[in-house]
Amino acid sequence: MNSRTERPAEDEHDSAYSGLLVNDAHWAFGAAPVPEGHGEDPLAGLDTTVPAGVDAPTLATYALMLGDDALVMSHRIAEWTSNAPDLEDDIALSNIALDLLGQARLLLARAARADASVVPVLPEGSPAPPEDALAYFREAHELRNVRLAEVVNGDFAEATVRILLFSVWRLATWERLRSSADHVLAAVAAKGVKELAYHRDYAARWFVTLAQGTPESRRRLLAALDALWPLWPELFDTHPVEAAAAESGVGVDPAAVRDAAEAVLDQVLDAADVPRPSAPRRAGVLGRTGRDGMHGEALGRMLAEMQSVARAHPRGVW
Amino acid sequence: MTLTETAPEELERQFEATIARHDRIEPRDWMPEGYRKTLVRQIAQHAHSEIIGMQPEGNWITRAPSLRRKAILLAKVQDEAGHGLYLYSAAETLGVSRLELTELLLAGRQKYSSIFNYPTLSYADVGTIGWLVDGAAICNQVPLCRTSYGPYGRAMIRICKEESFHQRQGYELLTTMMRGTEEQRAMVQESVDRFWWPALMMFGPPDDASPNTAQSMAWGIKRHTNDELRQKFVDMSVPQAEALGVTLPDPELRWNEERGHHDFGQPDWDEFMEGVKGNGPCNAERIAHRRRAHEEGAWVREAATAYAARQAGGAR
Repeated sequence: MNSRTERPAEDEHDSAYSGLLVNDAHWAFGAAPVPEGHGEDPLAGLDTTVPAGVDAPTLATYALMLGDDALVMSHRIAEWTSNAPDLEDDIALSNIALDLLGQARLLLARAARADASVVPVLPEGSPAPPEDALAYFREAHELRNVRLAEVVNGDFAEATVRILLFSVWRLATWERLRSSADHVLAAVAAKGVKELAYHRDYAARWFVTLAQGTPESRRRLLAALDALWPLWPELFDTHPVEAAAAESGVGVDPAAVRDAAEAVLDQVLDAADVPRPSAPRRAGVLGRTGRDGMHGEALGRMLAEMQSVARAHPRGVW
Repeated sequence: MTLTETAPEELERQFEATIARHDRIEPRDWMPEGYRKTLVRQIAQHAHSEIIGMQPEGNWITRAPSLRRKAILLAKVQDEAGHGLYLYSAAETLGVSRLELTELLLAGRQKYSSIFNYPTLSYADVGTIGWLVDGAAICNQVPLCRTSYGPYGRAMIRICKEESFHQRQGYELLTTMMRGTEEQRAMVQESVDRFWWPALMMFGPPDDASPNTAQSMAWGIKRHTNDELRQKFVDMSVPQAEALGVTLPDPELRWNEERGHHDFGQPDWDEFMEGVKGNGPCNAERIAHRRRAHEEGAWVREAATAYAARQAGGAR
C-alpha cells in the first residue's frame, strides 16, 4: 500500500518526489489541502477608509468604471485561450487576461467597500462576495466600461490593436492614478502600471511586426485599426463622475492624459510606418456611451454567458 | 571534444550501461533508433495531450462562477500551454520540430490522451478533472521524472509539481461545492460518475493488451505497468472520495485485505478503443478546434518569420 517502499534506488531527481510525496498516504502529491479561499478579502491589508472630503458614491462609481473596463476586457482576451496563433501567444494573452481580472477584482471590491449601495442585492443566504455580486449580478446597462473593451473578438490583428489602444490609454491614466488620494486606488495603480507596461509592450511589438511582416498581415492590421479607431476618442471623454473624482483627488480626468497617450501611440504608429487613421468617432445613443451604461449589443450576450452559472446558483458556494 | 570512431557495438554497449545504471541519456548521446522513435512518439503524445487538454477546461473559462475561480481556471489552462511548450522543446532535442508534430497531430498520425475526448458538461467537471484526471496523470507522470531520457525527465519534474497543484485546486473546488447547495452536491456526484471510468482508462489497456510496455520498461522510458499504476490510483482515490462525500460508480469496488489493495471493475475497453480510433464523443471537435486555431494563426506566424528575416537582413 505504501508507494514509497516500491520505489527503485534513489537518484538526484528524487526532488520531484520529495516535493510531491509528503507524509500523507492519501495524497501521492502534496501535503496540506489548498487553504480555504472563502472569506478571503482581496483588499486585505489595505486602508479602505474613504479619504476625507471625498464623496463615497463618486469614489465607488469611479472604481466601478475602472473595474468594469478590466472585467470586460479580461473576458474578451480570455476568449483567446486555446485559440492563439502560437503557444507563446496563448500564454501571453492569458497573462494579460489574468492581470486585468486581478485588477477588476480589486476595483470592484473597492467600489463595494466605498459604497455598499452599488452592490446588487442577492437572494438571502447567497455567499457571493460583493465583487462577485457586482460582476455576476448586474445587467449590461449597469456596467460602466468603455465600449472598446466589449467589442466581439476578431482576428489576432484586432486583438493586437485593441490591447494596444486599451493599454496605452490605461497606462497613461494609471501612471497618474498612483498618486490617488484613495489608498486602495493608489495601491492598485502602483501594481497595475507594471502589468500594463507589459501589455502595451506586447501589443506594440506585435503591432510593428504585423505592420512590417507580410502584405497580408499589414492589410489585416490596418483593417483592425480602422475598425477600432472610432472607439478611441471615447476613452478621453470626461464623464461627470470622472470629473468629480479628479476634482477630489481620487481619480484622473481622462482628457488630461490624452496628449500623453497620443504621443505614445504616435511613436508606435511611426515605428510601424502606419498612418493615423481618420475615421470619425462612433456616436453614442442620445449622447450616452459606455461610461453612462450605454453599450453595444454584444455586451449583453457576453454577460449572458459569463453570468450563467453564477445566476443559476445564486446561493451556490464556489 | 574528440572525434574518434567508435564501433556501433561499443556505442550500444555504452547506451545499455547507462540505462542499467539508471543514468540519463542526453540529446548528444548515441541512442538506438527505436529508442528515439519511441520517445518522440511518447513525448509528442504527451505534448499534444496538454494542448488538446486546454479545450475541455477552457470550455468553462467564460462561465466560471466567481472571479476567483475564473482566475484559477485561466491560470491552470495557461499552465497546460506551458507544459505543452516544455514537452515540444524536449521533443525538439530529438530532431523533430513543434510544427512537424502539430501537423502529425492534425493529420491524425499522432495521438493524445483519450480522456480529452470526453465533454465537460458542468462547472463541477473543472474540479473533477483536477482531482481525477490530473490525479491519474500524476500517477502516470511521477515515475517519468526518472525516465532515462534527460530532457523529458527534467520537463516532467516541473510538470508534476504544477499538476499536483492543479489536482489540489480541483479537489478544493469539489469540497467547496459539496459544502454548498443540494444542486451543487448533485452536480459533483454526476460529474464524478461521468469521469471515474474514463480516468481509469488513462492508464492504458490492461497489461496483457499493451503492446509497447515491455520494450519501454526495458529502456527505462516507462517504469511501471499500466495495471500497477491503475491500482495505485484506485487505492489513492477511494479515501479521497470518502472524504469528499461522493460515491465512486463501481459496484465491484471493495478493499481486499489479502492483497492489501482495492478490487475494482474494468472500464468499458470497447468505448476506450472507439476513442483511440477517433470515434470518441469529442474527437472531431477537439481536432477541428486545434486545426482552426493553427490555420487561423498561419498568417501571424508567417508575418513574424518575415519580420524577423527582414530585421536580420537590415542588421547585416
